[in-house]
Amino acid sequence: MKTRKRSNAPVFWGLFGAGGMLAALFGPMLVFITGVAVPLGLILPAGAMDYPKMLAFSQNFIGKGFIFAVISLFMWHAAHRIFHSLHEIGIHAGFGCKLLTYGVALVGTVVSAVVLLGIGF
Amino acid sequence: MSEQKVIEIEVLRYLPESDQAPRSEVYKVPFTDDMSVLQGAQYIKDHFDGSLTFRWSCRMAICGSCGMMINGIPKLSCETFIRDYYPNRITIEALANFPIEKDLVVDLSGFIEKLEAIQPYIIPKEPRTVEQGEYIQTPAQFAEYIQFTSCINCTLCYAACPQVGLNPEFIGPAAIALAHRYNMDSRDGGQAQRMELLASEDGVYNCSAVGYCSEVCPKHVDPGNAVNINKINAAKDYFLRFLSPKGGAK
Amino acid sequence: MDGWWKKNPFYVEYMVHEATALFVAAYAIVLLVGLVRLGQGLEAWTGWLEAMKSPLSIVFHLALLVAIAYHALTWFKLFPLTMPPIVVNGKRVEPNVVVSTGWTAAIIASLALLGIVWRIAA
Repeated sequence: MKTRKRSNAPVFWGLFGAGGMLAALFGPMLVFITGVAVPLGLILPAGAMDYPKMLAFSQNFIGKGFIFAVISLFMWHAAHRIFHSLHEIGIHAGFGCKLLTYGVALVGTVVSAVVLLGIGF
Repeated sequence: MSEQKVIEIEVLRYLPESDQAPRSEVYKVPFTDDMSVLQGAQYIKDHFDGSLTFRWSCRMAICGSCGMMINGIPKLSCETFIRDYYPNRITIEALANFPIEKDLVVDLSGFIEKLEAIQPYIIPKEPRTVEQGEYIQTPAQFAEYIQFTSCINCTLCYAACPQVGLNPEFIGPAAIALAHRYNMDSRDGGQAQRMELLASEDGVYNCSAVGYCSEVCPKHVDPGNAVNINKINAAKDYFLRFLSPKGGAK
Repeated sequence: MDGWWKKNPFYVEYMVHEATALFVAAYAIVLLVGLVRLGQGLEAWTGWLEAMKSPLSIVFHLALLVAIAYHALTWFKLFPLTMPPIVVNGKRVEPNVVVSTGWTAAIIASLALLGIVWRIAA
């Protein structure tokens, strides 16, 4: 019988699933808050995302964790789907595709971690 | 008496002795309202061209041999009725994602290998002797896997699965559903052996949850669900193998 | 296999919901830029906030909103396919109940998020 290699997909599939779940639960509302409500001054109190508030939020453990999870997991989720979609539309450029998808997600994860640590506690 | 209705059936023909590539041929088939697409094909074979080749047996959606692409959708031709297409033309082709052997007959050897590979039989947890008696199973344990026993190996799900088309090595929906059927059986102890295959690069992670396999399944096996449940199982096996004393699949 | 996904409306819908990933990625990049600007201090952050007010940005975010809402819709719609069956009191929960529970959870999570942001902001 043919010997088969164990797939490392669980790592990427797990990140994809976690990011997909997070995006499904909070994605639309996050976009609404940061991209529509706050810029247009709708619903939320004025200055909801002003510097002192956002700084405090990003220095708080929970806030830091939430920002990190949203940015990194959204990126891993998207990377996984886009990588598969590229394969599905006939672009199988192995390493290049991985760099463009998972590579970008990795960079995004590292950058957000560095910035969040730099902001302090 | 009403006038005899006639439908155009376009058939994808391929005779390996004479054809370089598959070609289409259109036949005008008189039909009655009780005629299936399979009967339409039989009419063509009996009246127009005896060389037309296709598989069929039971004519009642249980043998699983008459699957074909009907207007681009994988269906059992015995339970698909001509009247539902009239007055439009019906196009019938060999099942997608399989090599064509002749006309509507596809080469299933790859599928058979996959079926064998998942060990579709009970691998007893503890073998029992005749004296020890039968394996006892409760209705609740039976309910765990009964749905996945309904597969008739018609391979419509393979024709529906773009990932099978993109990677012919992918074990695919029906074989994984059958692996799941045995894994879920309380008498079976072969999970670790099957996991080697399910967790491999030809395994469950080839699936991107398109879900069309379950949509076309004539027996409501829901093979897509079996594949996706095993993504979770394979992930557990992947991460927990370091904790388990026996280790997971290699 | 070229163009396989154009051959069936079922596949087209699949490709559309897969394509929401592009919007999720775009939004993550918007947030990442915001986070970097936040790390650079008051002036940089205020600049980012101002940029978010441009009409182009608003339109872009409305598009993101639609796409990511479609992601949420389809994500839970696939649950009967992607998740193990849920059994309550020995009975399998109906697929449509699973889906609507997911949608309800998303609505509750969204309102909770809005509420929390409101409290922090006030």
